[in-house]
Amino acid sequence: MGDVLLETKGLHRSFGGVHAVRDVSMQVHRGMIKAVIGPNGAGKTTLFNLIAGTIPPQKGEVSFQGRQITAWKPHAVAGLGIARTFQTTKLFPHMTVLENVMVGRHPRTRSGFLAGMLNLPCTWREDCEIRDKARAILEDLGLARYAGETASNLPFGRQRLVEFARALATEPVLLLLDEPAAGLNIYETKELSELILKIRDRGITCLVVEHDMSLVMNISDDVVVLDQGRKIAEGPPQAIQRNAEVIRIYLGGDCGPSQE
Amino acid sequence: MMGLRRYWPIAATALAVVVLQMVLSMTGATYYMTQITMSAYYALVVIGLCLLMGYAGQASLGHAGFFAIGGYTVAFMTTVNLLAWRDTGLIRALHSLGLVVQWRNLYGAEVLSFSPWPAFIAALVLTGLIAFLIGMPVIRLKGHYLAMATLGFGLIVYRIVLGTKALGQADGLSNVPPFHLIPGLEVNGRTPFRIENYYIAWITVLVSMLLAVNLVNSRVGRALRSIHQSEEAAHSLGVNTYRYKLAVFVLSALFAAVGGALLTHYNGSIGPSEATVMKSVRYVAMVAIGGMANLWGAMLMAIVLNFLSLRGVFGSFDDAIFGAILIAFMLFAPQGLLRVPRLRSLATLLSRRSHG
Amino acid sequence: MNFPLIVQYGLSGITVGSIYAIVAVGFNIIYSTTGIINFAQGEFLIVGAMIAISLYQIVPLWLAIVLAVIVTTILGGLIEIVFLRPARDASVLRLIVITIGLSILIREAMLHIWDEKVHFLPYFTGTSTSTITIFGAHFSPQVLWVLGVSTVIVAGLTVFFRFTLLGRAMRACADDRMAACLCGINDRWMVTLSFMLSAGIGALAGCVISPVTQTQYDMGAPLAIKGFTVAILGGLGNSMAAVIAGLLLGLLEAFVVSQFASAYKEAVAIVVLLLVLVIRPTGLFVRREIGALRAA
Repeated sequence: MGDVLLETKGLHRSFGGVHAVRDVSMQVHRGMIKAVIGPNGAGKTTLFNLIAGTIPPQKGEVSFQGRQITAWKPHAVAGLGIARTFQTTKLFPHMTVLENVMVGRHPRTRSGFLAGMLNLPCTWREDCEIRDKARAILEDLGLARYAGETASNLPFGRQRLVEFARALATEPVLLLLDEPAAGLNIYETKELSELILKIRDRGITCLVVEHDMSLVMNISDDVVVLDQGRKIAEGPPQAIQRNAEVIRIYLGGDCGPSQE
Repeated sequence: MMGLRRYWPIAATALAVVVLQMVLSMTGATYYMTQITMSAYYALVVIGLCLLMGYAGQASLGHAGFFAIGGYTVAFMTTVNLLAWRDTGLIRALHSLGLVVQWRNLYGAEVLSFSPWPAFIAALVLTGLIAFLIGMPVIRLKGHYLAMATLGFGLIVYRIVLGTKALGQADGLSNVPPFHLIPGLEVNGRTPFRIENYYIAWITVLVSMLLAVNLVNSRVGRALRSIHQSEEAAHSLGVNTYRYKLAVFVLSALFAAVGGALLTHYNGSIGPSEATVMKSVRYVAMVAIGGMANLWGAMLMAIVLNFLSLRGVFGSFDDAIFGAILIAFMLFAPQGLLRVPRLRSLATLLSRRSHG
Repeated sequence: MNFPLIVQYGLSGITVGSIYAIVAVGFNIIYSTTGIINFAQGEFLIVGAMIAISLYQIVPLWLAIVLAVIVTTILGGLIEIVFLRPARDASVLRLIVITIGLSILIREAMLHIWDEKVHFLPYFTGTSTSTITIFGAHFSPQVLWVLGVSTVIVAGLTVFFRFTLLGRAMRACADDRMAACLCGINDRWMVTLSFMLSAGIGALAGCVISPVTQTQYDMGAPLAIKGFTVAILGGLGNSMAAVIAGLLLGLLEAFVVSQFASAYKEAVAIVVLLLVLVIRPTGLFVRREIGALRAA
């Protein structure tokens, strides 16, 4: 396991009277796939939002590669190399699949308003590079034939994949995946597992929120369990499976160890 | 050079402009050129507004305000008579730099005022500054709050120009001198220069379209469209949504100011009627009918509708017709005139499919 | 400034302010049920007054007003059915644009059906010169009518929304349309009803203020802006706060007129609007967290 890439310390966020995230501290090491699980309402997406900068925490800190990024705005966080996908797919519906992925190149490119308006030769090169890289990613994920298609026309599973491609286009160091398997069937889920493993092998660290236990158990190196905003367990998948507290919050009452 | 395809509507429009001019000259109907020229300057506002509303998705019900700021600044600076201060050091310095000139106005009076170029630059700087200052707090707002805030801004500009003595109050400012662009070429409304001004206006429009089309197809253009279609996703992809929205707001204000300044020189005057809410609504209508995120549609609608309105085709029902067209399009053809199925072939001819 | 003068300005401020409050309440009713800001709200007041003015030539005043209110109410419903129902799932921007178009159309229709001249209803009691004196301040009995009618409208609406089945159904719809539907409430009719209600109270307000401010075809837009300012000041959707905010704006305008030139009166509302939008868009009476207006 590599060094600590992302660390949260005592993160706290509530909305009105609801404590969505309570004193959550955890570490994500470079090169690992870490899963965040827990029953609905446990605060998983809020945790992502706190890390990614969508909402600021009320207490606690987030640091990335040793640097404090607590309450940084989302675009700044993206600029550091943290990319994310959303629980409900947020593609740009009226843009083509290729254009969607091209927007993903935004944090790694530079031409601004003036260069854009004047269409100077130096921007042609960057534009070509954006287009080529985007196409390459689409090929990689098997989406090349959809390149010219309007994003909202794609079937749901493909749309999720496009959002993936778009996140990958940012050349992230850390990828936050919010329930990537939601709404996918068995075959698509299997493809997804393989994809995440492939991404990890390329050196991208992944933090995954997921409900699908088979996916979690198969691919994660480490698991964090949240319940009602608190972290109640952390460790390798096998240990989590046998953890009595975890079993209790999922199944309730007295149950023996489950066999997932 | 990639994407040359995006430019051919510009070439086509240029061709149409030339052909139209020749036809009008041959049939002796050159007086139409006056209204077409004026419509072209109004189109500049619409192009900028299209970038703001159609591509970045931000409403503005006060763009006539920016048009007015541009026009009034130019009018004021070129007509304010500094003759009484002729011998002060400051005025003498400005005079030697050529920023201030002495001329004779229509009534034969001697006037010492700013020359058009410094006035034009000042108009742009002032508009940009005001747009930046207004935009900073306002661009954070969403939906109808943004619409209302921009409406409020437009109203304030109207009240200011209507109430300020130095700006002519209800009569506005007149006697605005022509704008010497380069030796031999000037913006004015006199008949012998009709054809010349027709081309000046159209070149300005086409250059603006060139810049706009380039922007829309660039990295920034994609970022703007992404903000409109899913601001949260755009934000998570590294797009500084606040800065981009503000930048487009200021840019669209500058477009409007250019239109205002040049039209003021062309007409030789400007009045508070250019700053009314109705004017702002018209600009919005033209963008909406043109297809929101369709630059060519917006430009086309601006020319056609303004021309018809200026020629008095709508009579006393002018405002009512705009209101009716606006509603009709919002209800039945929200994608704009060029997306209505029967006109689809015309649409693919004039606009890139990937927009909107 | 002596005491009678203060009372004078204060009273005039409250009078005008209560009309702003009614316009704001109209905004709130429609906003709560549909999420739309109805730019044409101000026009309802003028339409109501104009109709009453015309009818007054053939029927007694009270009947003219009643009929005008009824006609305007129906008009409000028709507008919703014809122009807004087809655009149910449109974006906010589109709906805004539609209501703007509507306000223009209504205004132009009034111009062509009536004319551009100033009209007015006669004073409900007494004449234009009758005065009542309280604490040394002189004012027209019409002021009492305005305050009285406004109070009745607000009280009536409060009772309606709290205690009647229909009122509660509308509130349910405003809160959660889907859930209301599931309870068997016909949400489309609730929307139409909200427009009718707003139009009706607008017409009544327009009639009662007509003798004092007079009525002209293009007075709708400035009223709408002030009403909107008041609605935002109190917090969109919060009608009680709108009443207070309306009185506040009225008093503020009166104060400005008393100290500075009356030309600045119009600017007051706009400045307040911009300040509120920029500083506290959720309004004076709503906790910051609850309004989610600002972009991330």
